[in-house]
Amino acid sequence: MRLIKEKTSIDFLSPTRRKVALALSAILVIVSLASLATRGLEFGIDFTGGILLEVGYQQAANLEEIRGDLNAEGYPNAQVQRFGAENVVLVRLPPQEGNVDEIRDRLQTTLHSDEEGVVLRRVEFVSPQVGSELAERGALAMVFALMMIFVYVMIRFQWKFSAGAVAALAHDAIVTVGFFSIFGLPFDLTVVAAVLAVIGYSLNDTVVAFDRIRENFFALRGTTAEEAINISVNEMLARTIITGVTTLLVLVALLVLGGESIRPFSIALIVGIVVGTYSSIYTASATALMLNVNAQDLIEPIKDPSLIDDLP
Amino acid sequence: MNKYPAWLNTLVLVILIAGCLLALPNMYGSVPAIQIAQNDGVAYEEDRLQDYVDAVERIGVTPEAAFLQDGRAVIRFAAETDLAPIGEELKDRYGRSANIAQTLAPKLPDWIREMGLSPMSLGLDLRGGVYVLLEVDMDTAIDTRMAIYRDNMIDSLRDAEGLHRVELSDRVIRVRINSNADLEETREYIQRIDADLLVSENSDGQSLTVRMSEAQIKAREDFAIEQNITTLRNRVDQLGVAEPLVQRQGIDRIVVQLPGVKDPNEINDILTATATLEFRMVDQSGTEPGSRRYQGRPGEQAQFLKRKVIASGDQIVDAAAGFSEGRPIVSIKLDSAGGESMLKTTMENLKKPMSTVFIETRREAVRVGDELEYREIKTEEIISTATIQGIFKNNFQISGLRPAEAHDLALLLRAGALAAPVFKIDERTIGPSLGQDNIDRGFNAIKIGFLAVILFMVVYYRVFGLIADIALFSNLVFIVAMLSVLQASLTLPGIAGIVLTVGMAVDANVLIFERIREELSAGVSPQAAIDAGYEKALSSIADANVTTLIAAIVLFAVGTGPIKGFAITLMLGIITSMFTAIVGTRAIVNLLFGGRKLTSVPV
Repeated sequence: MRLIKEKTSIDFLSPTRRKVALALSAILVIVSLASLATRGLEFGIDFTGGILLEVGYQQAANLEEIRGDLNAEGYPNAQVQRFGAENVVLVRLPPQEGNVDEIRDRLQTTLHSDEEGVVLRRVEFVSPQVGSELAERGALAMVFALMMIFVYVMIRFQWKFSAGAVAALAHDAIVTVGFFSIFGLPFDLTVVAAVLAVIGYSLNDTVVAFDRIRENFFALRGTTAEEAINISVNEMLARTIITGVTTLLVLVALLVLGGESIRPFSIALIVGIVVGTYSSIYTASATALMLNVNAQDLIEPIKDPSLIDDLP
Repeated sequence: MNKYPAWLNTLVLVILIAGCLLALPNMYGSVPAIQIAQNDGVAYEEDRLQDYVDAVERIGVTPEAAFLQDGRAVIRFAAETDLAPIGEELKDRYGRSANIAQTLAPKLPDWIREMGLSPMSLGLDLRGGVYVLLEVDMDTAIDTRMAIYRDNMIDSLRDAEGLHRVELSDRVIRVRINSNADLEETREYIQRIDADLLVSENSDGQSLTVRMSEAQIKAREDFAIEQNITTLRNRVDQLGVAEPLVQRQGIDRIVVQLPGVKDPNEINDILTATATLEFRMVDQSGTEPGSRRYQGRPGEQAQFLKRKVIASGDQIVDAAAGFSEGRPIVSIKLDSAGGESMLKTTMENLKKPMSTVFIETRREAVRVGDELEYREIKTEEIISTATIQGIFKNNFQISGLRPAEAHDLALLLRAGALAAPVFKIDERTIGPSLGQDNIDRGFNAIKIGFLAVILFMVVYYRVFGLIADIALFSNLVFIVAMLSVLQASLTLPGIAGIVLTVGMAVDANVLIFERIREELSAGVSPQAAIDAGYEKALSSIADANVTTLIAAIVLFAVGTGPIKGFAITLMLGIITSMFTAIVGTRAIVNLLFGGRKLTSVPV
């Protein structure tokens, strides 16, 4: 079976298409950045600190009543929402004054979590100090991963490819995080992990394309860099799409079946992989092309010129 | 062409069998069990185990198996056994010398257990439990030590002439002398207390600044954290939790994991509690130098108490909560030094009043502007004052406590005091129902995702797809095997990592198969196409996997909690998939097609 016909020759990198793709990427990135700047992210208590309780009741919960009870207890800034099911309630509070154990105890009593038939599913307390540390480490991980990848691609290929790869990855990371900002999805530690996995995945795609480009620069003498890259992208199209499909298959399974707490993670990966597949076709190659990548960049200088005469 | 040498085929087979064997313990499920560990941490001998089994059998329950593991006794029961009465019985009988915890144990056949194999360990988000990250207050740890130096200085400089004042603040002691006194001599006195102290002369020529050296501070911090870990282990053991974990993290933090604890109220503030006692004589005149006024609990009078402490919490070696005349009491047993001091004091002070002081430090968040700041609030209250009626030494009782407090205080006194206060900075509790939910949902996602990919591959690549599916399945087995061997906790993000690996692991095969198709359509002969497909795809596969591995390693190194769990399975998945997708599938392909005359390749 084939999803992609045997020999495609789509002119992915024609000047017009390249401009369209560039414009699209630019719009995606700008919209993402603008949303991040104005709306920001719906940070989870992993990053902000605070208290979170997840309680399962026997019947559908009355959110208004719970809000009222919490208000009466002196917690007017509590966020109350359903979590996955009608009878499961998630309560979130920003960092509070007072002793943690006492506050948690009082919240549990207010939510009747110790009564018959009520299940205390989850309680989390994160101090603001730990929150900002986790945020810092998450950001650090992302920057560090990008740097390591830049170096690796530079060693294996050449700096123009490195720049292309990192541009594509940054593009994917920004658009994925931007998606969370635009749609106001909860952004927690697992999402950071997902974004990093997206970076790994998209890079995987990009490197495979680069590998073929390198091969074709040598195999297809006499073609321009643009043609060689275009042929390479076409040759890898089937693989790029099929791997994308299998990965999306499992991620959709995870999204649908994995439960509420893993949902943001699955969404981040799905968005990232769709964007990453697009970016490894366009952003990475186009960036390398814009930097005038050519066959010479990949040929290792021959140290002893006398050897050239011996080559067939 | 396309033949693997016999040794390589054998190697693949051996690795596959080893993987299956290591993953096997995960197939048996868990049953209720009771775990018994000796209080002092000494490993059990075989004969003690029989005692426990006999005790259990006497109440009419027959254990399914009983054995020693890591120096602890484990008694396993049939599924659905109610452990509560068994636990009670064992606690009554052996509770003083052993920690008895109800838990779940894998239902492994003896031969697997004897090989030392065990199933994957589940993270708290899957099995339920409490995770607490504690921060040790190092400033207090240092200041307590400095206060001892200060008192020593006051004592030893008292004889020296011209001492004006000794002050301690923020880890620094300032010693001020009168103008006619000799600064050099004072310095010698101080260095005699501890030669490692850093003493510097201030510009006014009349005072010295004393600090601890870097090495002393480091040593003190290490001591404080080690001592705290020991104390916390003792406290946790008393809670009856199976397989608790207490571990240092970084410079000043301690991680505590308590699997199976359902509600943070169960442990309340046992971990961070600093509650302790001091015994002091009442200064009836209220004028003695160094005596100070202490508040009383409601119903207790405030008193002036003398500076000298007769005995304090760290000298208590045993404590038990109980009732006397309907009121909660704690029976105290002092160590020999504390006992001597108590004996001497009671002999000299018959018919005079002595007070018991309850001391506790709590941390509270206070809003300052937009920021929350943490303050430590220390309470020192008199819980009882009684006239010394007779001479006593090591053993006595105290009263004046609330019932729950008596129980907790006895536990804390038994477990020993913290060398420095600790504070919760992160606490996460996952209830057992959510844990089970997470397991069910996670495995369901793996199952369905796996089936979808398998189906897709067979439809798309036919026989080769089936071969890739076999590789994918072995890849899952290998991930499980590695997780079981490494005993790295499997978490929900870890399951997500496995799911992602399932999706991505076929990538190597997709690369190879697409390459074979390309070669075939370029007119290469079937055998040569297979060979070229594997050979030419190799560099792409290697590059692609190394880059993903880099991302996973960074995640593991920098990440915490959920990120780490995800990174572990992702890393393992990448490594095992390289083997199964390249070597594994090639072995099967070679067996099926190698050396034969092919007219077409079913790819």
